[in-house]
Amino acid sequence: MTEEIREEVREEKSRELVVPGEVIVSGEDFLPGDWTKREGKDIIASRFGLAEKSGRLVKIIPLSGIYMPRSGNIVIGNVTDVTFNGWLIDINAPYSGFLPLAETPRFVSKEDLQEFIGIGDIVVAKVDSVKSKGVDLTIKIRGLGKKEDGMIIKVNPSKVPRIIGREGSMINLIKQETGCDIVVGQNGLVWIKGNTVLEELFAKESIIEITKRSFISGLTEKMERWFKENKNKSMEKEE
Amino acid sequence: MSYTKRFDGRKNDETRKIKIELDIIPNADGSALFAFGDTIAMAAVYGPKQLHPQHMQNPKKGLLRVKYDMMSFSVTERKRPGPNRRGTEISKVTEWALSEVVELDAFPNTVVDVHIMIPQANASTRVAGINAACLALARAGVPMKEMCSAVSIGKLDKTLVVDVIKEEEDYEEGEGATDIALAFSSRSKKILLLQLDGQISADELKEAIQLGSKTCDKINEQLKDAIKALGKEE
Amino acid sequence: MMETSELTKKRISDYLREGKRFDNRKLLEFRDLKIELGISKNAEGSARVKLGKTDVMVGVKMDVMEPYKDSQNEGVLSSIAELLPMSSDRFESGPPGFESIEVGRLIDRSIRESGFVDFKKLCIKEGEKVWSVMIDFYSINDNGNLVDAAVIGAVAALIDAKMPKYNEEKGKVEFGEWTNKKLPLSKSIPITMTFYKINGKIILDPIKEEEDASEAKLTLCIIEENGKKYITAAQKGNEAGLSIEDTGKIFEIAEKEYDILVEKFQKAMKEAEKE
Repeated sequence: MTEEIREEVREEKSRELVVPGEVIVSGEDFLPGDWTKREGKDIIASRFGLAEKSGRLVKIIPLSGIYMPRSGNIVIGNVTDVTFNGWLIDINAPYSGFLPLAETPRFVSKEDLQEFIGIGDIVVAKVDSVKSKGVDLTIKIRGLGKKEDGMIIKVNPSKVPRIIGREGSMINLIKQETGCDIVVGQNGLVWIKGNTVLEELFAKESIIEITKRSFISGLTEKMERWFKENKNKSMEKEE
Repeated sequence: MSYTKRFDGRKNDETRKIKIELDIIPNADGSALFAFGDTIAMAAVYGPKQLHPQHMQNPKKGLLRVKYDMMSFSVTERKRPGPNRRGTEISKVTEWALSEVVELDAFPNTVVDVHIMIPQANASTRVAGINAACLALARAGVPMKEMCSAVSIGKLDKTLVVDVIKEEEDYEEGEGATDIALAFSSRSKKILLLQLDGQISADELKEAIQLGSKTCDKINEQLKDAIKALGKEE
Repeated sequence: MMETSELTKKRISDYLREGKRFDNRKLLEFRDLKIELGISKNAEGSARVKLGKTDVMVGVKMDVMEPYKDSQNEGVLSSIAELLPMSSDRFESGPPGFESIEVGRLIDRSIRESGFVDFKKLCIKEGEKVWSVMIDFYSINDNGNLVDAAVIGAVAALIDAKMPKYNEEKGKVEFGEWTNKKLPLSKSIPITMTFYKINGKIILDPIKEEEDASEAKLTLCIIEENGKKYITAAQKGNEAGLSIEDTGKIFEIAEKEYDILVEKFQKAMKEAEKE
């Protein structure tokens, strides 16, 4: 066995699929991380996903779609209600998001709430804090707020890191190759705006392609190739 | 005259052919189909999501809600659409069974909705439903302490059999048919569901429970393999 | 499914202006149609229909009963639809909402008015005993256009159906036992198509977001008899009005679409019968 293959086998062994209740590893040394717990000597999976061991820490990387809001996350949501002091926003999470009046970038009076942001509007916001009854949002930072134009697609939140890529390498590639403005929400919603319909559809296609191949390594290079191959097809359609 | 040969030729401890399909309903957060032969159950999971109205919320943990029903044409004599007592009872016992294995402490004030439908029935529907629901819950990524599996055990006269079909339910020779529905948790091996109709001694029932537990271990292996097989494709 | 945002609705109509849809279909193009027959053994007839990601099941059960007073020599038809909560988070458990009732009634009108089933041939003894045909529809996954999928399912299930054994002496059906006799059906397949108007454009077979973005819809059931097309049922839905011109346009389109859809249906049925 060459060193490379040994490395791959080692990698395979360190990440395996587990189901709830399954013993991932046994031993006093290990520490239970995300979605695992200790029972006696065993570290047990509390959720279906990929069990990952990094040193002594054992955690589960979920494959399926529940988005757990964390403070600092950028999320994209759809306004479902306007109350007397803010907006209720569906952020595709177990809890609704709430954007308080106080968290808007400029002063909005109580009478103008509906005008400023209405039901059915798309908002890009940042998660301020997560409480047991809901998630508090803010749009005080530049770039956040209501989106007037563009389109929204929904992906599995666990694929978001792949779409963004290491230090944004993937998302920058997509923006470059499609000419679109794109915001990726940690909650799996992606906002795309292009100059033409075709550009937007092309960006959408590329993102879906990434989610299909998310488990492959060297994905950025593979996508560079994909863009070269498919850009021509997309251009042809325009003529 | 005892029940020596099963109507469909199976061994006493043999289930019908098990079929599992995952992700059959794209809109749901998790979904699955589980069949014991020609008894088919489909389950869909939505949640965790906020529970309305507010007064029903539990501030300590999320709730599990189960609705079980059969399609009108799933049985030989059409079942009138709409809730009925049997469906309501099965929904509740299923809810109790699954509530034991899900872990919703991290999701206070939310609800996880489990919908189970039976498109085709040949007895053992509630246990097929529980297996489908467990698959759907795991697939949805709902946190769970462990998996759960279910099977029906029958006592036909004095013979214990696994995975009862309708013909066996209707058996009338000797002591007749006793139908037992069982569900077990995969790791702690606790009984999560026990329902019985018929006539059985305590010793025989203990035996039936042992047989059920062994069978559920095997079923659990199949549930596990199915979930992992799909996971590989991601 | 999240509610469709205003942004998405606007984008849908922007795209339509350029003759484009989110999934690259033409405006009047139906998604891929897949039919499976005999999906429920205890039903007299059954079918599962997939139109893209929209997935539905339809079953036919039969029984005998006294005929209705105003049709003493005809069998009886009933159609019930259940939009299951499992098929979409927009449907709630409980008594049927308007959407379920609408689908049920549209199935009923399409089958009844088209004369697809010859109810006179379902009379056992005039004034005393006739067959009743009960169609039950369930949505499994709702991604738009449940009505058209439902009628395709109902027609397929009726074609699949075999009549149960009838015990003349007892005057009862022997449930669980079947004859090889098929239902008395017409050769003309009823095709129901629901047209949706979005910002001046007319489309067919919308996905969920397109349904949400539409202002008005018009359901038509079409059959062909002696080379001529007939509209046997119609229903306009949603709030916005339709111009007389629009409606005329739709009738024209419907006649052409009928041929395309019947072919699509027959092709899918052939595939289904192979399995």
